[in-house]
Amino acid sequence: MRRLLLLIPFFALLCVPLYNVREPMLWGFPFFYWYQLMWLPLSALITYFVYRGGQKS
Amino acid sequence: MSAPVHDTTIHWITWGVFAVFFALVTVLGFVAARWKRADLDQLHEWGLGGRRFGTLISWFLIGGDLYTAYTVVAVPALVFAAGAYGFFAMPYTIIAYPFMFAVLPRLWNVCRRHGWLTTADFIEGRYGSHWLALAVALTSVLATMPYIALQLVGMQVVFQAMGFGGLHQGAEIALVVAFVVLALYTYTSGLRAPAMIAFVKDIMIYVFVIAAVIVIPARLGGYGAVFAAADAAFTAKGGATGLVLQPGQQVAFATLALGSAFALFLYPHSATGLLAASSANVIRRNAFLLPAYSAALCLIALMGYMAIAAHIPASGTAVVPALILASFPEWFAGFCFAAIALGALVPAAIMSIGAANLVTRNIWRPYVNGAMTPRQESTVAKVTSLVVKFGALVFVVFLPMEYAINLQLLGGIWILQIFPAVVFGLFTRWFRSEALLVGWAIGMVLGTTLCALQGVKPVYPLPGVGTVYIGLIALIANVAIAALGTWLFSLGGTTRAGDVTTTTDYADAADAQ
Repeated sequence: MRRLLLLIPFFALLCVPLYNVREPMLWGFPFFYWYQLMWLPLSALITYFVYRGGQKS
Repeated sequence: MSAPVHDTTIHWITWGVFAVFFALVTVLGFVAARWKRADLDQLHEWGLGGRRFGTLISWFLIGGDLYTAYTVVAVPALVFAAGAYGFFAMPYTIIAYPFMFAVLPRLWNVCRRHGWLTTADFIEGRYGSHWLALAVALTSVLATMPYIALQLVGMQVVFQAMGFGGLHQGAEIALVVAFVVLALYTYTSGLRAPAMIAFVKDIMIYVFVIAAVIVIPARLGGYGAVFAAADAAFTAKGGATGLVLQPGQQVAFATLALGSAFALFLYPHSATGLLAASSANVIRRNAFLLPAYSAALCLIALMGYMAIAAHIPASGTAVVPALILASFPEWFAGFCFAAIALGALVPAAIMSIGAANLVTRNIWRPYVNGAMTPRQESTVAKVTSLVVKFGALVFVVFLPMEYAINLQLLGGIWILQIFPAVVFGLFTRWFRSEALLVGWAIGMVLGTTLCALQGVKPVYPLPGVGTVYIGLIALIANVAIAALGTWLFSLGGTTRAGDVTTTTDYADAADAQ
């Protein structure tokens, strides 16, 4: 079930202790911020992957 | 929220640029009536644009609809005051899309198949219950009204920043003029007006955001310096909030994000935007394209820290306009203000159309006039859209801003209470309408009471769990009652009312593309 992959962003972003830290910094951004920003395209990619899977079947 | 800054100098260049863009968009609003030409005396044409919007138009329309003027002003204001906590908008607007992908195509399919225009239409057909449909319709309209009022607040903030606050009732008069114009083209063009305006408005917002995230940090010494300045400011204030969450804030942060994501697509303006799509796949594609707007929102949120680093002498909703005036030449400030004000008009139009569709289909038709012709139906909706907007205008002009903000907060808690009926209903017919109705009522009362007990705050300290978003607490109680009630009613052996949908209604049609 590819669709279960859609749960990954929920896990990654709702488990706040995973990313509620300052270090490591990236381009001046504390980890808390760039981690969340990174999940934006990741979540969209996962959704796209699930979409493509649905179109083939 | 503190009192807005009443600047006494009118920024004429800013105002001129603003007026040009506003006039352009007004023309577009009226021209929109001729776009994808059809009979606007049919409610599905006026209120859903004939369900003809493809991937690109839907992207602009839904994006312009969800990321409102008030968001642009309020999110940085919260980050400015509360630091990392204000960033819950980020996880919220990321996880909303996998949810949208999994759930909303089913709603589109079943509504298309049966010619339904609102979520309450779906409830009526799925559960065969007037009462549950009425509960869903009333909750939706009630939650939307203060949301429209907040769009006006977003516009008012901009007018005040341009110096109209210094004139006698200046900001209010500008607001009334803008809203009358909006009301007129919504009346004549329906959903086509915000769809067309969204193109201009969203491109302007992206230009504004890109300029802001390049120009402002460059002047302040880069992002590292911006974060460091914000960090120092929060530490100086005693460290109750900061660049990362305090241990006690984490549960609130996560539950606010989850609850808001669940609530987002239950609002009538979101449902209206989605149901206007031309296929279920348009919705699926937008589920991975719309996060581009979330990226813009994240950068807008960072303006809260930029304002701290730039020592902007403002607070509350005045922060972003003050930062714009301090950072850009006057003409570009006018461009940004126009983007924000237009950012109020698009959602306000769609919200009033969504509310009008609900009132027409789920309140007027079953309880006032069951034998409306399509033309009468469309007239009722048009008039309702005027009444709803006028109500919001009166609210904002005559009552304190806090009323609208507090009611909007309650609206979020209320709209979550239709989640079980709508979202579970899209996947299963196991729940009984009577049980869902009782669950809804208890969720509404519990949510409102907890919120009032906290002095109109969104979170409640649950012993042993942490500080939790009240909407989610009420939703859990709601679901538990609905499940228990369904089980009890089944023991009684009473028959369920008819369901006019079949399993295939929720899947894509064979010829869908």
